[in-house]
Amino acid sequence: MTTRAWLLSEQPASRRQARLGQAYRTWLAFRANWLAMVGLAIVVALVVVAALADVLAPYNPILGQDLNTTRLLPPLSPGHLLGTDDLARDILSRLIHGTRLTLMVVVLVALIATPIGLLVGTTAGYFGGWIDTVLMRLTDIVLAFPRLILALAFVAALGPGIENAVIAIAITSWPPYARLARAETLTVRNSDFIAATRLQGASSARIIWKHIVPLCMSSVIIRVTLDMAGIILTAAGLGFLGLGAQPPQPEWGAMIAGGRRFLIDQWWVATMPGIAIFIVSLGFNLLGDGLRDVLDPKGRK
Amino acid sequence: MLDVKDLEVTFTRGVEQVHAVRGVTFRVEKGESYGIVGESGSGKSTVLRAICGLAPTSGGEIAFEGSPLPTPRDAAFYRRVQMVFQDPYASLHPRHTVDSVLSEPLAIQGFDDRENRIERALEEVGLGQGFRFRYPHQLSGGQRQRVAVARALILEPEILLLDEPTSALDASIQAEVLNLLDRLRVERGLTYILVSHDLAVVSHMCERLLVMQHGQAVEELARDALRARAARTDYTRRLLQASVGYSREDAA
Repeated sequence: MTTRAWLLSEQPASRRQARLGQAYRTWLAFRANWLAMVGLAIVVALVVVAALADVLAPYNPILGQDLNTTRLLPPLSPGHLLGTDDLARDILSRLIHGTRLTLMVVVLVALIATPIGLLVGTTAGYFGGWIDTVLMRLTDIVLAFPRLILALAFVAALGPGIENAVIAIAITSWPPYARLARAETLTVRNSDFIAATRLQGASSARIIWKHIVPLCMSSVIIRVTLDMAGIILTAAGLGFLGLGAQPPQPEWGAMIAGGRRFLIDQWWVATMPGIAIFIVSLGFNLLGDGLRDVLDPKGRK
Repeated sequence: MLDVKDLEVTFTRGVEQVHAVRGVTFRVEKGESYGIVGESGSGKSTVLRAICGLAPTSGGEIAFEGSPLPTPRDAAFYRRVQMVFQDPYASLHPRHTVDSVLSEPLAIQGFDDRENRIERALEEVGLGQGFRFRYPHQLSGGQRQRVAVARALILEPEILLLDEPTSALDASIQAEVLNLLDRLRVERGLTYILVSHDLAVVSHMCERLLVMQHGQAVEELARDALRARAARTDYTRRLLQASVGYSREDAA
């Protein structure tokens, strides 16, 4: 039997085969969408570049070359594909090392904000009553704060730095996930399969964790992926304002801020990191759209 | 075995109140199959949901083997009383395989020997091992309802509450599932409480039945009386009439 036939079998013989088969079917549906594949390729490339940054980068991202001869070289100069900045640092190397910071921001925000949003949303939706009221008003309050201003306040209180920027973004980005999870929970909490589980004597925690969270997961994953672009832009914005990553860290937003001074004469210093932010944001958006087509049960059929 | 006395169920939403069940009394003996019939909205399903604690009781008493049931129901109760839902498309979790549907009640109630129990449960409802790792979307309506029956029976309950177990299925599958339920009752000595709007199903399955209308019990009938059409109240007579269908003589 070929692997494909084994995966698509209508009569799986083990738990693992059933799960892998389901994943393979999802993958087949995803693969048919070429725009989503472009998005996936960009995100995978981001991860690979971040992992191999030390090997891929031709120069040190922090130490500059000779300030007399290699400062502000234009793109396609010999040895410097994307040119150099005002401190004679190779822009390509800085962009490559910057993927690590971007990826760190994205992953940390996703890891902090998603569980908080899921927990608050499913708990509020499942229990209803005063628990729902308290949790959702709390969500409304956080949602009412302007995101960048609140992030500014956090950074001002905790001191500038990429870690504090991450915390600030995470704290302001969970409310949409909580609302989404609550809405999904409300549609399933009175369904018969939840009642059947309750009739087996299952605890509320078990019902929320094993029955409701898996159903909210797909829409939350889609939303998080689509929000990634916004998160990257917020991180870059904080970097631009000098409140995120601090020099000499090769953070893309900070690089744009650094290049602002020579925007008219040496356009590439600010443009190159701008293009990098654009490509990665686009990649996450395409990936999110593709995931929505595949994972959202309402979108199918 | 199960005593329902003056049961009242009221749903409250804001200032609006719906009195779904108004003073229903009946008693189900061990090993019996008891039917509840009535039109849509008569409160028959709500009676079942009240028994297993899914609907709030606002009055009356439900006693199981002489002692009143605690609210909320405890785990021991669910081990002895299980329910099969009306719509097999809504009663199975879309992301869980048959295997996880069946192993979860065993895990919750702390049963041992789970592998064998799952295999046996599947055999009993006429599904082979080939179905064990399928997802609900890979099953037909009848197969789903069999999984739902297997899920209810895997805890080895004494009473099975059946909420219109066949109304979402087409006619040939209906008979299959009813025969399965009949066979399991004989084999295991189960007690059934069956809710249906279909008098044919109830007269096939149940020894006694209760007719409900507008949340109230209209009358209790034995199967023989039902077959002899010996109804005492107008409403039951009309219900019987409706189940036969349109007849030319009556219209004339």
